[in-house]
Amino acid sequence: MTETKDMIFIDGKAIGFMEGQTIMDAALSAQVYIPHLCHYPGLTPSGNCRLCVVEADGRKVAACTTAAREGQQISNNTAELNAARKAITQMLFVEGNHICPSCEKSGNCKLQAMGYYLSMLEEHYPQFNPHRALDASHPDIFLDRGRCILCGLCVRASHDVDKKNVFAIAGRGADARLIVNTVSGKLGDSNLDVSDLAANICPVGAIMFKEHGYVTPIGERIYDRQQISDVALNEHVREERR
Amino acid sequence: MLSQHSESKTGKNTDADFMADHLLHQLHRLQQKHRHIPPQLIAEVARESGLPVSQVAAVVNFYSFFYQQPVGRYHLLFSNCTSCGYQSGEVNLLALLCQRLNITPGQMRTDGVASADETSCIGMCDHGPSALVNGVPIVNLDEDRIRQLCDLIAANQSPDDWPADWFQINNHIHRPGLLLNTPLQCGSSLEKALVGDALLMLESIVQSGLRGRGGAGFATGKKWLFCREAEGDTRYVVCNADEGEPGTFKDRVLLQCHADALFEGMTLCAYGIGAEKGFLYLRGEYRYLLGHLQAVLRRRYDSGLLGASILGQAGFSFDIEIVVGAGAYICGEESALIESLEGKPGIPRIRPPFPVTHGYLGRPTVVNNVETFIAAAHIICYGSDGFSAVGTEKSPGSKLLSVSGDCQTPGIYEYPYGVSIQQVLDDCGATQVQAVQIGGPAGSLVAKKDFNRRISFEDVSTGGSFLIFNEKWDLLSINRNFARFFAHESCGFCTPCRVGTRLLENSIGKIADGRGTWRDVDGIKQLSGIVSRYSHCGLGHTAANHILDSLQHFPGHIRNVLAQQSFTPAFDLDAALETARQLTQRDDADAHLK
Amino acid sequence: MTDRKIRIATTSLAGCFGCHMSFLDIDEQLVQLNERIEFNRSPLTDIKHCGPSDIGLIEGGVCNADNVRVLREFRANCKILIAVGACAITGGVPAMRNYFDLRECLEEVYLHGAGVTNPQIPDDVELPLLLDKVYPIQEVVPVDYFLPGCPPPADAFLAILLPLLNGEASPQVADRRFYYD
Repeated sequence: MTETKDMIFIDGKAIGFMEGQTIMDAALSAQVYIPHLCHYPGLTPSGNCRLCVVEADGRKVAACTTAAREGQQISNNTAELNAARKAITQMLFVEGNHICPSCEKSGNCKLQAMGYYLSMLEEHYPQFNPHRALDASHPDIFLDRGRCILCGLCVRASHDVDKKNVFAIAGRGADARLIVNTVSGKLGDSNLDVSDLAANICPVGAIMFKEHGYVTPIGERIYDRQQISDVALNEHVREERR
Repeated sequence: MLSQHSESKTGKNTDADFMADHLLHQLHRLQQKHRHIPPQLIAEVARESGLPVSQVAAVVNFYSFFYQQPVGRYHLLFSNCTSCGYQSGEVNLLALLCQRLNITPGQMRTDGVASADETSCIGMCDHGPSALVNGVPIVNLDEDRIRQLCDLIAANQSPDDWPADWFQINNHIHRPGLLLNTPLQCGSSLEKALVGDALLMLESIVQSGLRGRGGAGFATGKKWLFCREAEGDTRYVVCNADEGEPGTFKDRVLLQCHADALFEGMTLCAYGIGAEKGFLYLRGEYRYLLGHLQAVLRRRYDSGLLGASILGQAGFSFDIEIVVGAGAYICGEESALIESLEGKPGIPRIRPPFPVTHGYLGRPTVVNNVETFIAAAHIICYGSDGFSAVGTEKSPGSKLLSVSGDCQTPGIYEYPYGVSIQQVLDDCGATQVQAVQIGGPAGSLVAKKDFNRRISFEDVSTGGSFLIFNEKWDLLSINRNFARFFAHESCGFCTPCRVGTRLLENSIGKIADGRGTWRDVDGIKQLSGIVSRYSHCGLGHTAANHILDSLQHFPGHIRNVLAQQSFTPAFDLDAALETARQLTQRDDADAHLK
Repeated sequence: MTDRKIRIATTSLAGCFGCHMSFLDIDEQLVQLNERIEFNRSPLTDIKHCGPSDIGLIEGGVCNADNVRVLREFRANCKILIAVGACAITGGVPAMRNYFDLRECLEEVYLHGAGVTNPQIPDDVELPLLLDKVYPIQEVVPVDYFLPGCPPPADAFLAILLPLLNGEASPQVADRRFYYD
């Protein structure tokens, strides 16, 4: 039995969607990649990274937080949008302390992979060189806030899935930073565990397991083999099958 | 030391029974008592309120008036607004004060006596350079007054005993109009409304064409109707008194002079949508008005205009509580305001859904500006025809403007919509005007050639702010001031605004310092496009307007300050060697770079 | 760019010379390349100052006053300037010190660090002063091309140089697979 689905159009391609789906969910389900960093299938979308901004019926909206509606005409893979995505990625790079050659996440990092995907050859903007606190108090996990892109995935994962509410984001504007929900503020005083989704969902090298650096040889890491678009599409499928 | 809620300056200390438990109020009390809110107190508040420690910590860290490090017994916050700021006169008053008290801005003196810093516009733009002393506004500052102030601090005199005229805030109503000229009899609008049913009243608002007076201009009647029709049993009325757009002080005056009409308007709204609870979200900088507002509320309760069975109508009850903000411009955005009301950092929500269907606690909520509620009360009392007869077709009624800057008589001017910018300038005695910033930093920078344009939603729109700059101003310094404002006030949620506003601030600074090139100008244009098109909320969307306006309408200005070269380094090379020079005690030629 | 040899100048500022080593990894192709190019200032020659050149390859970020002077000399004398490797493009590993104040770094190294004897911060006038931070070279001079990598692999050098030698204006480096590490 065939269902007539509602349709949206992404770069001219007809994509079916189900009532209640966001543009992002509909796209990923149809194997159409919309760049994103703060989105993860199954978690409440946040809409903070702004990489997934598309043009829907002439308006710029975040695909992850915008409902798909019958007949929407969406532009995704355009020169303007990709140039903006590159600029936003460059903003993320200059905002933190992102030194790929010395980072244990290198090769498995989504921020880095996004740079590759968008042909980001350089950071363009002047670097901020922030001084953000490192937290190595937990026996198994360390927090390198210099690498945090404030995507809030760990916050949502910990609250919604792990039901532990370990993380939050505090501070306004440039002072925004990841904090831990303990009186001391230290990760070591929390009940974060290596098996928590929050400990595994960080797209960059901000939440890292101790004694786990450089495990995979160069050439065999996730983004040595695949583009971020392919990995993201597979992520989505995996979640759907669960 | 001023009493807890500064009521000694305005009246009685009477807010104990109003929302003492609200997280913001708990934190205000702790800040006043301990001069900071350290982790131990955060943990205590979390424990007692049953909130996560991280939520309380996030709130403490979000708002400008909550500190994790102690501030002095005398804590002075100088406005940095172009009209009421510490640099709006000849002398840098903040620097003068810091020098005399031997303090560094932002750092408490080691003996704990004093601290000083700057803060965004405190709404005293018609009163010259102004500051908050332990949360209470002190106005008309000049060199003399600063010197006297420093002496009083040195002599350990309580601000309660400082000269009263230093705290004198006047209303400066220079041109009353439709609303200000026809004061309402307390309860008269309600009486009229209760004669008919709620829908009839709503129809009247719709008929009038009233649009929100806070800046966005959404059709008020339509908003109230949407809320009434939204799914749910509980609805709320919220008054946005978080007037934070620099240059805006008209709500300050309305709150001082027409609080009754405001509460009347809120009650009408409650009647129309079926709400039993309302909030007045008062910006922290207007805390000094709290006693007065509570007294007005109490009178209305006593007169049966609030509480159960309003004006004897069984089944119609409405309570209003006041929540005091803690210094965050973004809380003027309605969804961020609601977040703040709910005891969280003021981060704008994802919209849709909108507050009318999913607002406070996820329930249907009307959020409107002070002036909007007053206009609504006026319309119900005097009829919608009189209201819509004034103004333009798309912008009926009148608008209160808060005029300040380089003019003879700064203050409140109420005009029918459609008034020309030139008319306003003539009326307030502004001469040799170079530019006017209408709608605050988020609005439009208007050049002389466009002074014939009209204040209205369809032409040049404003929530009230009207900043006048004469020929003496270096326009770049204005852009710099505004860019700094947005970087400071960005909530930090989304990448383009959080990072982009800072990049813009730095870029404009580079040009203003004489180190800019055309490359930098092109860079600013590109950045401005990213920030304005890709941000999550209105702050980001409008943050670059003033720059783009400057580039478009005053191109010569930028051109004149650009460096000769086609490229200059991103940073000051010689300054970058300063630390090394100090550490090595070197000052030879090789210790410097050009 | 036809009859005479294309002149290439290279230097490493605050770099480890790994990018230079990687360049040499073009191995025997250097022989063919040598028919078309000649080196001006470079670790491979004994030329102390960069003279007029066609292409400048800059490895390493900018960490001190001397780096700035050398970089400026290269920019002034090279028609095309290429930022080679992570350090030149982002500051790289040396930029890890940007997390700290310069004062902290120097005091730790020369005064308080483990095993320091006769503590003093070197102040001889022959030593170039350190900048407060380590900077990407494009924050100091305009850069024409970027070759990411730590180091960029040998064939990346060829990919960017050969089109330039053939007179093509802008090699599409971004079309190739590149890495930041």
